[in-house]
Amino acid sequence: MKTIYLDNAATSFPKPSQTMEAMNVFQREIGANPGRSGHGRSIDAGRVLYETREVLAGLFHIDDPLSVVLTKNSTEALNIALLGALAPGDHAITTSMEHNSVMRPLRHLESRGVELSVVDCSPRGELDPDDLEKAFRKNTKIVVMTHASNVTGTIQPVVEVGQMVREREGVVFCVDAAQTAGALPIDVEAMKIDLLAVTGHKSLYGPQGTGALYIRHGLEKKISPLMMGGTGSRSEFEVHPDFMPDKYESGTPNALGFAGLCAGLNFIANQSIPAIRNKEMELTARFLDALSDLRSEVTIYGPADTARLTAVVSFNLKDVTASDASLFFEEKYGILCRPGLHCAPSAHRTLGTFPQGTVRFSFGFFNTNEDVDEAVHAVKALLHQRRSRVQ
Amino acid sequence: MTKQESFSVALFESVSHALRAEKLVKAAKLPCKLIPVPRHLSSDCGVCLRFNFEDQKAVEQILAGTIDHFEILPL
Repeated sequence: MKTIYLDNAATSFPKPSQTMEAMNVFQREIGANPGRSGHGRSIDAGRVLYETREVLAGLFHIDDPLSVVLTKNSTEALNIALLGALAPGDHAITTSMEHNSVMRPLRHLESRGVELSVVDCSPRGELDPDDLEKAFRKNTKIVVMTHASNVTGTIQPVVEVGQMVREREGVVFCVDAAQTAGALPIDVEAMKIDLLAVTGHKSLYGPQGTGALYIRHGLEKKISPLMMGGTGSRSEFEVHPDFMPDKYESGTPNALGFAGLCAGLNFIANQSIPAIRNKEMELTARFLDALSDLRSEVTIYGPADTARLTAVVSFNLKDVTASDASLFFEEKYGILCRPGLHCAPSAHRTLGTFPQGTVRFSFGFFNTNEDVDEAVHAVKALLHQRRSRVQ
Repeated sequence: MTKQESFSVALFESVSHALRAEKLVKAAKLPCKLIPVPRHLSSDCGVCLRFNFEDQKAVEQILAGTIDHFEILPL
């Protein structure tokens, strides 16, 4: 049976062939340790990292490629930002729609004396910026929030919150763009983002094990590194370097992965983000439209307006658990999706789907109308099966 | 080498800075090459940018304002 991959919010699949090709070329023809020696292939490996920073900087309107720290994923990027910037006595603001990559570091910090405000979102997962504004305190140091929910695809009002944060001196705005980098336009200047965490393996079309953190110029002085070690720079000193990006990049990096990510980024540049967004939202709208006359048996979470949505549809079917539905979809239709809590318990409490969770279909650039139609067919078949069992 | 060439090198904090410098200098069409940092200049294990001694002023101008903390020395 052919499989239909609808789990792109977890990781995109397939990758563009350019991604695999670049990794093949890197490992066969370069393969050296970047920045650790003066020989030609080490320098070539360093060039791969530098070009990756440059392309990431271009994509997010970052003026200096050396403001981009390469990480293994957005979780690492968020941990550097949160654990590095917050100290006991500081106050942090976040939303109830966050992934555990934000929530767990914050809860850990809370147990160490950091004050935390979690701003409730609507049952569709939408943040009202006015609610967030009420949470500011004198000791607020950071506002951290997702650009779009991994559970519902809800796009949050990042521009409004960014403006709010910028008006308050000494407060930093950190955005988790794991779900949106490559899928939606991001401009760190227009959105007034100080710290931007992205992952490489979702809508940036790189392999797993790649990600990045943008740190606004000067902020690196206030953020201590999570790890220290070899950087290839300042080798004569036993004190860790304090400059970008080496301060946050200890140990041999995943140069092989970044070769793939760089190719994925160039794929996006060639396609253009608006074109990618258009295609993904056509697929999503096709699915939502087909489900619209099944509303008595299908509950869809998240905003009704697709302009406020990424290519994610979270739903539950009447009297069917998410895990049973997911198993049915794979066994009968080869559809690969994700059931459960999606690493975001607080988001599910907001939606009213804790602890049962939801079924999540997440569409990608490489899905087709036929994939969507088959997904609709599978949902209808499962509902039909349930009805005949009930009768 | 057919004639006696003389070089200068620019030293940087990290290989990322050296790579950026190489791009900038190459963009200005000045010949240059990334080489291991000569032991007599620094015990750092990184790379530095070597260029023709007569281009020293030009390279200085290119790098000033775009890269922090670099040092230019005759080789």
